[in-house]
Amino acid sequence: MSEGTLYDKVWDRHAVTTLPTGQTQLFVGLHLIHEVTSPQAFGMLEERDMEVAYPRRTHATVDHIVPTADQSRPYRDDAAEVMMAELEENVRESGITFDHPETGNQGIVHVIGPEQGLTQPGMTIVCGDSHTSTHGAFGSLAFGIGTSQIRDVLATGCVAMEKKQVRKIEVTGELGEGVEAKDVILEIIRRLGTEGGVGYVYEYAGSAIDSLGMEGRMSICNMSIEGGARAGYVNPDETTYEWLRETDAFREKEERFEELLPYWESVKSDPDAEYDDVVRIDGGSLEPVVTWGTTPGQGVGITQPIPAPEEMTEEKAEVARRAQEHMRVTPGETMEGYEVDVVFLGSCTNARLPDLRRAARIVEGREVHPEVRAMVVPGSQRVQRAAEEEGLADVFREAGFDWRNAGCSMCLGMNEDQLEGDEACASSSNRNFVGRQGSKDGRTILMNPQMVAAAAIEGRVTDVRTLPEVARV
Amino acid sequence: MTGASDGSNGGPAETVEFVSGTGIPVRGNDIDTDQIIPARFMKVVTFDGLGEFAFFDQRFTDDDEEREHPFNDERFQEANVLAVNANFGCGSSREHAPQALTRWGIDAVVGESFAEIFAGNCLALGIPTVTADHGTIVELQDWIDEHPDGEIEIDVEGETVSYGDRTVEVAVDDAQRKALVEGVWDTTALMRANTEAVRETARSLPYVPADHIPARADD
Repeated sequence: MSEGTLYDKVWDRHAVTTLPTGQTQLFVGLHLIHEVTSPQAFGMLEERDMEVAYPRRTHATVDHIVPTADQSRPYRDDAAEVMMAELEENVRESGITFDHPETGNQGIVHVIGPEQGLTQPGMTIVCGDSHTSTHGAFGSLAFGIGTSQIRDVLATGCVAMEKKQVRKIEVTGELGEGVEAKDVILEIIRRLGTEGGVGYVYEYAGSAIDSLGMEGRMSICNMSIEGGARAGYVNPDETTYEWLRETDAFREKEERFEELLPYWESVKSDPDAEYDDVVRIDGGSLEPVVTWGTTPGQGVGITQPIPAPEEMTEEKAEVARRAQEHMRVTPGETMEGYEVDVVFLGSCTNARLPDLRRAARIVEGREVHPEVRAMVVPGSQRVQRAAEEEGLADVFREAGFDWRNAGCSMCLGMNEDQLEGDEACASSSNRNFVGRQGSKDGRTILMNPQMVAAAAIEGRVTDVRTLPEVARV
Repeated sequence: MTGASDGSNGGPAETVEFVSGTGIPVRGNDIDTDQIIPARFMKVVTFDGLGEFAFFDQRFTDDDEEREHPFNDERFQEANVLAVNANFGCGSSREHAPQALTRWGIDAVVGESFAEIFAGNCLALGIPTVTADHGTIVELQDWIDEHPDGEIEIDVEGETVSYGDRTVEVAVDDAQRKALVEGVWDTTALMRANTEAVRETARSLPYVPADHIPARADD
């Protein structure tokens, strides 16, 4: 078993006791909730006549069902209105802070936590959402939970868990032009598989990770779950602290920052920490990665040929064959030139300000391809405002993008933003599952935000490095 | 049948030492929770009624015509033991997935491997997720196809699955086995017994302000 890693230390600091099942009762430092997975948990609590134990360690937002165009109440979608009203009532009754759209702080749960400084190193963070792993970018132990576990956390402030193994993934070298954090994580999942991380927590390290900003680290940790790892993290460093200093939690609260700094430093993995597994990836050799199939592990470098099922193991081949049929791609060809109908720049993976900035640089002075429907959905209202203030929104609008309000939107098609029929979508999101974006015949190609921008302009999957404005992260 | 309660939200947990009944095979690796329950059916504030939407997009065309799928197959309508392949339940954390399956009638899942959050969600509902190697699972799936009315018994404690004249070994995660066999999978009740210890842990963490910790146990 691992020893001396951040995972071990944070785990130990939060372990309350060992349960009769052998699981550990783990104190939850921050419980984030949203409208889709929490209402049933509040219902369970009510059935048992229990109250929320730690309302001040609980924080709510609305993201999955919120419309990104007309947000006037009641929402046009009755089901969405019911869910929103339920959340409003639950947080009011329990005294939980809610980033309601009217506050100007609303957004995707994995965007608002970090931007407000709710997410801090050395915390345990849970949310009824598999992409909670995002928060690990700050050196917290963060993972998604199901609704019965949400009930547990609401009722007790704790979650019952078994300890996992730790795999260190060291990404060495320097990422090349047009290559982003998104490409690193797509490559990791491609290599280790969609279930390669089951039973593991991933620690991301190495020079290519160290030189990433917090947004890039979040993009990587975000998709840990797509590789089967329930949590992923990066040890906190000066980049982490710089981010934190600018958040609501610590801006003008230097004392509080200094007070917590020793704790944050103390939970970092020791230089001689022991890992259950170590994997090394040469970051310098990566190119932009796009998916050709229907799992996030079915990715390929933009200049590389789509693999043939015959060259895979029997089990992988069958999934690949079905995926290639669905996507209508041909082994041996590259993904470059694959025609797209829709472009989606958004999601908890890639809808933060620097993501929008890099994409805007590609878009500026160009026009969205006439056959393409393109939308930008900022990750939060704060990102939206900042992007509007610095002129990014205008860049996108002038190019022909639809500039929307914050939410999960077309990442999972729970609001009106959905693919239709067999549309193909170049998407900065995290899942290319069949039906994920709202149409069961829809085709999703995952890629980094610059690649998404290039696809919008060209109307087809395009190697962004062939365009002059390509940005280095 | 199963030794468990009905997997509903309330009440103290009962033991789930064995599950028996007929099987239903759903073949393929990487079957994600978006396939098990598409997101549009999650626009609800309770889990009631999710059963009919299990695997909906695999079962119906856009024109609501039935497609070929085990969940549509007349032969399997009474089944309660689901046999699946690798990485079943990957993707979203939605508990709606096992809720839809259990409300359709599934009491246990046998597979090559499961995504962690999915398996945890199943456990919270008292649904065992037991594993065996590829060959064993495929044999079981083939047998179910040939014997849709054939009885299957999962012995959670003994870690075996018996069907026809065969008994095969399967693996049940330690904590899961203990929880199901001893009937301690209602973790809310278990953890509420330790309220004071929780407060102590919270107090020991520098980032938790004192006024965020409830003054005393409310029970």
